[in-house]
Amino acid sequence: MSCNSCSTTVVGTAEQDATLREQIAALRVDNSLVQILQAAQDIYGYLPEKVIEVIAYEMGVSSETVYSVATFYSQFNFNPKGKYAISVCLGTACYVKGAGEIYEKLKEKLNLGDGETTPDGKFSLDACRCMGACGLAPVMSINETVYGNLNVDSLDAILEECK
Amino acid sequence: MSEVKMINLKIDGTPVTVPEGTTILDAARQASIDIPTLCYLKEINEIGACRMCVVEIKGSPKLNAACVYPVAEGMEVITNSKRVFEARRINLELLLSNHRRECLSCVRSGNCELQKLCRDYGVEDERRFDGAMTPSTIDDSATHMIRDNSKCILCRRCTAVCDQNQAAAVIGVNNRGFNTHIGCAFDAPLNTVACVSCGQCIVACPTGALFERDDTDRVWEALRDPEKRVVVQTAPSIRATLGESFGMSIGTNVEGKMVAALRRLGFDDVFDTDFSADLTIVEEANELVERIKTGGKLPLITSCSPGWINYCEHYFPDFIENLSTCKSPQQMFGAVTKSWYAEKLGIDPKNIFMVSIMPCTAKKYECKRPEQAANGIPDIDVALTTRELARMIERAGIDFTALPDEKFDDPLGVSTGAAVIFGATGGVMEAALRTAAEWITGDTAAPVEFTDVRGTEDIKEATYKVGDLTLNVAVTSGLKNAEKLLESVISGEKNYHFIEVMACPGGCVNGGGQPIQPAKVRNNVDLKKLRAKALYSQDSSMPLRKSHDNPVIKEVYDKYLEKPGSHRAHELLHTSYVAKDKFTGE
Repeated sequence: MSCNSCSTTVVGTAEQDATLREQIAALRVDNSLVQILQAAQDIYGYLPEKVIEVIAYEMGVSSETVYSVATFYSQFNFNPKGKYAISVCLGTACYVKGAGEIYEKLKEKLNLGDGETTPDGKFSLDACRCMGACGLAPVMSINETVYGNLNVDSLDAILEECK
Repeated sequence: MSEVKMINLKIDGTPVTVPEGTTILDAARQASIDIPTLCYLKEINEIGACRMCVVEIKGSPKLNAACVYPVAEGMEVITNSKRVFEARRINLELLLSNHRRECLSCVRSGNCELQKLCRDYGVEDERRFDGAMTPSTIDDSATHMIRDNSKCILCRRCTAVCDQNQAAAVIGVNNRGFNTHIGCAFDAPLNTVACVSCGQCIVACPTGALFERDDTDRVWEALRDPEKRVVVQTAPSIRATLGESFGMSIGTNVEGKMVAALRRLGFDDVFDTDFSADLTIVEEANELVERIKTGGKLPLITSCSPGWINYCEHYFPDFIENLSTCKSPQQMFGAVTKSWYAEKLGIDPKNIFMVSIMPCTAKKYECKRPEQAANGIPDIDVALTTRELARMIERAGIDFTALPDEKFDDPLGVSTGAAVIFGATGGVMEAALRTAAEWITGDTAAPVEFTDVRGTEDIKEATYKVGDLTLNVAVTSGLKNAEKLLESVISGEKNYHFIEVMACPGGCVNGGGQPIQPAKVRNNVDLKKLRAKALYSQDSSMPLRKSHDNPVIKEVYDKYLEKPGSHRAHELLHTSYVAKDKFTGE
């Protein structure tokens, strides 16, 4: 394969980029694309377009081949996470207890779609499946903190804490 | 050689004996049973996904996909039980539940594999599983084609050919579950990725999800404009394929009827791209001899196939200097028509509307390139595919099969056998060798046939002794094979003087703009071989078989271009290329 510019592409900090290339070098021998994607997401917090291109270049495949695998798994994000990363559980228990409404309300309040981040980088929103806290349903997490027994009226106070 | 183990089985009660490893699908064909398929493309897409080919196997509780299930000794297969028919029909109904049904206006109506199966399996209620549909968009960003995912059935035939035949893999399967769809990385529009415009995905598509950009309206408009002199040229391979659109058998040469149809459509001059194929050979053979004599960049690589040019620019930019600077025959034709022929007629080239009929979707892209405008105006105004020409003939109510055979107009309808074989892989190489051999040796009795470079193998190589020179040549088609060939050149394993590359497997006869044959045909006959045969038999029956013997070519050089490689020839007939990025498509 001919090289275009990907051997020298700069994505993040020098340290991040060096770690990415080390991880790819270690994992590509087994064609472990999913592990490489996981490592990349650990490094950058999400999978920027340039990272997909670098991985594709290093693996000798097309960007679409990498993107196709990455979009199959819900664990991968293509937008940077916000400072406050909100994740609403839409698992069965939470859903029957009204998590769907909570998710819709948050979309409306933050003016975000599924998997999006506010332009100021403060909030990001996505859905997940079961945090193992069904007794507190419906639940959501903001970064590492879990909030339980939610209802649509409790959201303002929680978002206020994040200001 | 070890004996191949033979397996005995029964299909619908008929005993069949086949080699071990054969699938039920192939074994059934030997018993004259045609099991329906949708996603299956032999050796390219064998994924057992669509479940159309399900059959009952005695002793197995579930239905199995015949396309991927190998036969076993004593196996009893039933392909036509009520259970099988119902399963296939329900599968079709489920596909229809997520398929935008607009069969009346769909470009593939009458030639749609899904439509045919629905009819065969008696689908009466196409709304049985009506409900939500996967959100989809129409990508019409590219010059050459349109993708309408609302008609996509996710068979993955397009993504398989893009990856496995064409080594591009710019389209793939994104997301999962209900949101699964075909797209590019980051769902970018097709014109922003390194798509080579070959159109092989279109001819692989069973439905109307992928289709060429239809430019026939612009041609109708020009034909109705009394100010315009509308000139048409037809690529070598069109005569070998156009008949298929009118139910004629594969490999029928319809040159005479094609000319008659074009004349009846109202074109002022019905010319032959074969003329400019001869011109290409004269320029390119000259370039080859020059490069060898002066120590220029070798191997010289042909430049007739715009899909290959796109691939080289994006994926192997280091080879750009190896590309012949000759324009493709399509473009040379336009350049000569709008200069020499316009002068001859005494008309302003701006009033010439130049249409080309091409086997190729990449030609639509090529003719819009800024480098392809020798006279300050585009060499070609519209490039139509074979399919679009067939559509025009149908709309005009021309009874194609009943047409008499007619001849191309003079002067740009005159050509040699060397030109007509351009439409098949190896043809350009053979044509160039015919001329180069005579030029290098000065012997008019130099050989005419170079059969080592014929055929549909992935990569063909030959060494020819021409005078004092030993000429190593290679021919390939399909970009995956081109990738392999170029890598062997990069590694130093191979050393060639001259390489021919065609983007589409088998060359132009199997181009992305050719009539679409269903998978049922593609899986069972070698389309490219049958179509190519029509061209080689025309070549062998022609009085002139070397491009430089074409009398009109001689006249054009004598009166206008001076000599091959002259300053004026360079202005009109040569071009340049641009290195592009494989990832960003820029």
